[in-house]
Amino acid sequence: MSKKVLVIGESREGSLRNVTFEAIAAANLVSDGGEVVGVLCGDGDLKGMAQEMVYYGAARVITVSNPELKTYTSDGYAQAVQQVIDDESPEGIIMGHTAIGKDLTPKLASRLESGLISDATEVVVEGGDIVFTRPIYSGKAFEKKKITDGLIFATIRPNNIPSLNRDDSLTGAVSEKEVQISNIRTIIKEVLKKSSDGVDLSEAKVIVAGGRGVKSAEGFEPLEKLAEALGGTVGASRGACDAGYCDYSLQIGQTGKVVTPDLYIACGISGAIQHLAGMSNSKVIVAVNKDPEANIFNVADYGIVGDLFDVIPKLTEEIKQMKVNA
Amino acid sequence: MNIYVLLKRTFDTEEKIAVNGGAIADDGAEYIINPYDEYAVEEAINLRDAHGGEVTVVTIGEEDAEKQLRTALAMGADKAVLINTEDDLEEGDQFTTVKILEAFFEGKEADIILAGNVAIDEASGQVGPRLAERLDIACVTTITKIEVDGTTVNIERDVEGDVEKVETSLPLLVTCQQGLNEPRYPSLPGIMKAKKKPLEELEIDDLDLEEDDVEAKTTTMEIFLPPAKEAGKVLEGEVDDQVKELVSLLKTEAKVL
Repeated sequence: MSKKVLVIGESREGSLRNVTFEAIAAANLVSDGGEVVGVLCGDGDLKGMAQEMVYYGAARVITVSNPELKTYTSDGYAQAVQQVIDDESPEGIIMGHTAIGKDLTPKLASRLESGLISDATEVVVEGGDIVFTRPIYSGKAFEKKKITDGLIFATIRPNNIPSLNRDDSLTGAVSEKEVQISNIRTIIKEVLKKSSDGVDLSEAKVIVAGGRGVKSAEGFEPLEKLAEALGGTVGASRGACDAGYCDYSLQIGQTGKVVTPDLYIACGISGAIQHLAGMSNSKVIVAVNKDPEANIFNVADYGIVGDLFDVIPKLTEEIKQMKVNA
Repeated sequence: MNIYVLLKRTFDTEEKIAVNGGAIADDGAEYIINPYDEYAVEEAINLRDAHGGEVTVVTIGEEDAEKQLRTALAMGADKAVLINTEDDLEEGDQFTTVKILEAFFEGKEADIILAGNVAIDEASGQVGPRLAERLDIACVTTITKIEVDGTTVNIERDVEGDVEKVETSLPLLVTCQQGLNEPRYPSLPGIMKAKKKPLEELEIDDLDLEEDDVEAKTTTMEIFLPPAKEAGKVLEGEVDDQVKELVSLLKTEAKVL
């Protein structure tokens, strides 16, 4: 049955996040030949980004521009999106499972008294049902879930559902919606940027992660250089965070972030179950560890038994060399 | 302050997961307080010690969850409530949980409700923000620092690695992120005292709810394990050669470069 499905888009520093395009692809499947409608909130001119959503498969896009939406607040965005939902009466809503998605979608689901399937890694149509696959126990297992009553509402994990190809011959209407926003109960005073490269772990294509074997905060430097050479970002095991080598925001594992990059390079990480839960679904895993018996080698596609302080700088050079030659 | 903590009993993080008859096998599993909820308990105790009042921990589950409630009481919480759904509910989801909590909080006048940012089992992260919406109070997720001054609350929260400083006011619901605090271990006197602290048990009838009111909006069709990952290739030879071989494999075989 064809459906109208809203995709709540998300931008960062003036461009759309990839997961928005992935959400359009998921919505396209959910809509089953119906209409995929983009929604984009912010302040100022949102037309360029709205147009991008059309190129990636949205039939049309509604922009909501308001000074109160300049920075994300759950109250502001919930009110804005709610007013679009009231106009459109969608049968489905899809958004990325990002910091904003995680904050906003439960509020909307609660207002709408609807179900919500969070953090889906796959969407398929099975015998007329829309079936979402999502990790549980941090990826130690998976479950298939469906909505049994009303609105098909889900968030999708970045990097898992391929976006459609960008096609700039696609056309679609971009319309503006005026909204009333009042009573925002949280005031954002300041944002301290910590991630230097702006790539969030959950969306990174390449992650170079360090464990206790990195030995100190300074020990992360070679890892950072390798990440830079690969256009990736740095993560850490709980051991490294607990030892104070790096910030908890970098922690990957059952407590911490769950990641699925294309390439995961584990450096001096033993491979505790709690860490494996956070990264073992990465597409390709490389392990570098002095201990040939380390558990991490059981999940690694490629392993090097050796001292990371010897191996990683050499690997960085080799990658740089390859890029020069390419 | 009237402080509440939402707590969930979960598998220990070191547990391996097996599937038996379409469900997660739980025989012999060790259970803990969901680690993120443990931050919530610790912070609730700190807030009470600084501002006075009372900490009540609430869980929805079965009889067995009493153990985790007692642990929270041993840490220093004052009262515990177990909403026992064992006889009434077969399958619930976040809608169900929040319907029950909404009924529980009716007339409670909570100043602050603390919850984990996510539970490490089902990991939806929905219950906190959903409940705040039902109770029509402000909600701040993934907090790493909180200071309460009168009714003004200053918070730092983790947003994908950045730190967002937020000002808001009571009443409030927050969800706790790693880095907020170091949860204490229960002391022996704490454990002794916890045995005598009040632990109230409720069923959904006590909250004037019927099974139909809390019927889930989603259903789980299947639970399965990811395909076992086979150990890959451990490279050999001199480090320089291994590095060259690795780059070549990543490029031609794995095609990730």
